[in-house]
Amino acid sequence: MAANAPAYRDSRTIPARRQRALRLLDDRNVLGFLLILPAVAFLLIFLAYPLGLGFWLGMTDAKIGESGRFIGFGNFVSLAHDSVFWLVVFNTVLYTVVASALKFGLGLYLALLLNRRLPFKAFIRAIVLLPFVTPTVLSAIAFWWIYDPQFSIISWSLIKLGLIDKYIDFLGSPWNARWSVIAANVWRGIPFVAITLLAGLQTISPSLYEAATLDGAGAWQRFRFVTLPMLSPIIAVVMTFSVLLTFTDFQLIYAITRGGPINATHLMATLSYERAITGGRLGEGAAIADAMVPFLLAAILFSYFGLQRRRWQQGSRD
Amino acid sequence: MLGITRRRVLQSGGAAGLMLLPGGAARAAPAWSGPAPEAGASIRVLRWKQFIQAEFDAFVANTKKFSDQTGVKVRVDAESWDDIRPKSAVAANVGAGPDIIMGTLDDPFKFPDKLLDLTDLAEYLGAASGGWYPVARKYGVHDKKWISLPQGATGGCLNYRISTMRAAGFDEFPKDTAGYLKLCQGLKKAGKPPGFALGHATGDANGWTQWCLWAFGGKTVDNNNNVVIDSPETVAALEYAKQLYQTYIDGVLSWLDPSNNKAFLADQISLTFNGISIYTVAKNSPDPALNAIAADMDHANMPIGPIGRPTEQQNILSTYAYAYTKYPNAVREYLRFMWEKPQIDYWETQSNGYIAPPLPAWNDNPVWTADPKVTPFRDVLKFALDDGYSGGLGSASAAVMGDFVVVDMFAEACTGNKSPKDAAHDAAERVKRYYSA
Repeated sequence: MAANAPAYRDSRTIPARRQRALRLLDDRNVLGFLLILPAVAFLLIFLAYPLGLGFWLGMTDAKIGESGRFIGFGNFVSLAHDSVFWLVVFNTVLYTVVASALKFGLGLYLALLLNRRLPFKAFIRAIVLLPFVTPTVLSAIAFWWIYDPQFSIISWSLIKLGLIDKYIDFLGSPWNARWSVIAANVWRGIPFVAITLLAGLQTISPSLYEAATLDGAGAWQRFRFVTLPMLSPIIAVVMTFSVLLTFTDFQLIYAITRGGPINATHLMATLSYERAITGGRLGEGAAIADAMVPFLLAAILFSYFGLQRRRWQQGSRD
Repeated sequence: MLGITRRRVLQSGGAAGLMLLPGGAARAAPAWSGPAPEAGASIRVLRWKQFIQAEFDAFVANTKKFSDQTGVKVRVDAESWDDIRPKSAVAANVGAGPDIIMGTLDDPFKFPDKLLDLTDLAEYLGAASGGWYPVARKYGVHDKKWISLPQGATGGCLNYRISTMRAAGFDEFPKDTAGYLKLCQGLKKAGKPPGFALGHATGDANGWTQWCLWAFGGKTVDNNNNVVIDSPETVAALEYAKQLYQTYIDGVLSWLDPSNNKAFLADQISLTFNGISIYTVAKNSPDPALNAIAADMDHANMPIGPIGRPTEQQNILSTYAYAYTKYPNAVREYLRFMWEKPQIDYWETQSNGYIAPPLPAWNDNPVWTADPKVTPFRDVLKFALDDGYSGGLGSASAAVMGDFVVVDMFAEACTGNKSPKDAAHDAAERVKRYYSA
């Protein structure tokens, strides 16, 4: 019966335009493009557009309530003559370099310790992660108390132990304050480095260590010639992230010092916020944020070249 | 929708409006003649987040009373001061958002053209209440037009311990800067020093450093917005502050706004600059030690410097409405209702004197005199100058304060990080960046 006839349609009945469209979908390149289109659109709208807008804003004299006009590199020229800006660049670089180096050194040491056969291994690993899972603002407020010039638990303990006779002024002088906020950042950042490197360590085949031991390699040589090369791609990635997160740190500083005393702990992110939102100069604040990009790009390039070392790992030369 | 008609401040000659003045002259009380709210009006208010729940509840109760009387729906949202600033800017930029914002300081001066003209209302309220304090008028008027209604100030005063003051050889709080320095030195000798924030503490650090700068005749800019902070007067203020700093408790360079509250309540300092919160906490605490501090503390207005008149800096609350509102009449009527004495009296009583009045006529509320320790907070706007004094309010004055230029200058000079002369010179360079842009 006609009603029970198969419902397929002869290709000759499909309009020519639709046939062309269907043929295009058969093309792997076209189909591939269409499939990645949503992801590309997402990236363009939510990443590229705000970034571009940020660059544009940095080239205007926009203030809160005024859209501003294009002034080219006016904000950057003005910032070049601003002593506070250069102090803040110095603070940011110092903060990033010292904190990242400490996080790497201590994180690697912790990862090597955790990679050994330890009792309660899972429990200890969970504890190590605690600083990382604590909300930053909460840990920052804790540090604010720990560093308090009148109520510091550290000073109190040292006084009770008879080691000092006066409360330590952790945040009351520029250099004390710098080291104190770096210490807070290191405390918070170590778990991320340690746990990631631990994951890397566990991917290294024990047979490599056995072979090295048979060849007469000592502990240091095993670390230098087996662990470190095998771990280098992970180190590159984890340190890139660590440097990026440290360089753009905001919450710790904002909660503990607000950039004081005398701008000694102001970082580029906090200065950018202070100038743009508190001070109302959106253009200048955006320009400070833009000025962070070269540093961040350098960190990404470090990662890129670090990852290339995989060839070295596989036996070929760098 | 009703058209916006010109409102006038009428001098009514009716018996109800007659007010006999002390001099015997009869003056007619002004009457409000603004148009009624638009039919079906609905407005949104974004205000600062409450620190005292009873204050917010009273505000909401007043609002409900207005809605019941007029049929105008009012939605009240509350955000922290820091969050209101960007939101008010976005509303001004995009032309949509709350109809009314209750924020702080010079925010409305960043977008005066986007705001509803409140001139007639402000002049009416001023005339009905004996005139605005000069500083309140300064925060309300832009280019001869009222763009903002001052709501008052979360006033700051000197909080001191009576017993330590007496131990330092003073029976009453000194009224001038010379006596004040001697008191600070005496307090340190008595073992309970003063403590004043010198970190990036928006309220407390700006409060005392700006006072000190102005007390000695220093200022960031002159009447024409020329930068004049690098002056002998500023250097004198810094030299004076340096002597004060030597009497302070250790660590004030890192103090943020809550730090002095903690130190005062922990019985570690005997003098600081703060709002009424220390006293309120100590008085209402179940802890007898804190009750004892409340009993032994009092408040004073800032001393007068060589300039010979009060020079306080206060956190002034500004209320403004946007020109984009669909219901300008309802907005004005709401503001009028909320600023009228019966509503204000109820609100102030419930707030326990949290907001210092911008109009002297509001001073007769018993909340200010029932406890004499609260009275100094009542008068802070009588003694205050505006930020960016003596220039105009706007984005430059806001930016200088936001960048802590004056606080940093004092911190540098007090700690010996820079000489007072160098600190003043460097501060001038920083201020110029904002005023020349």
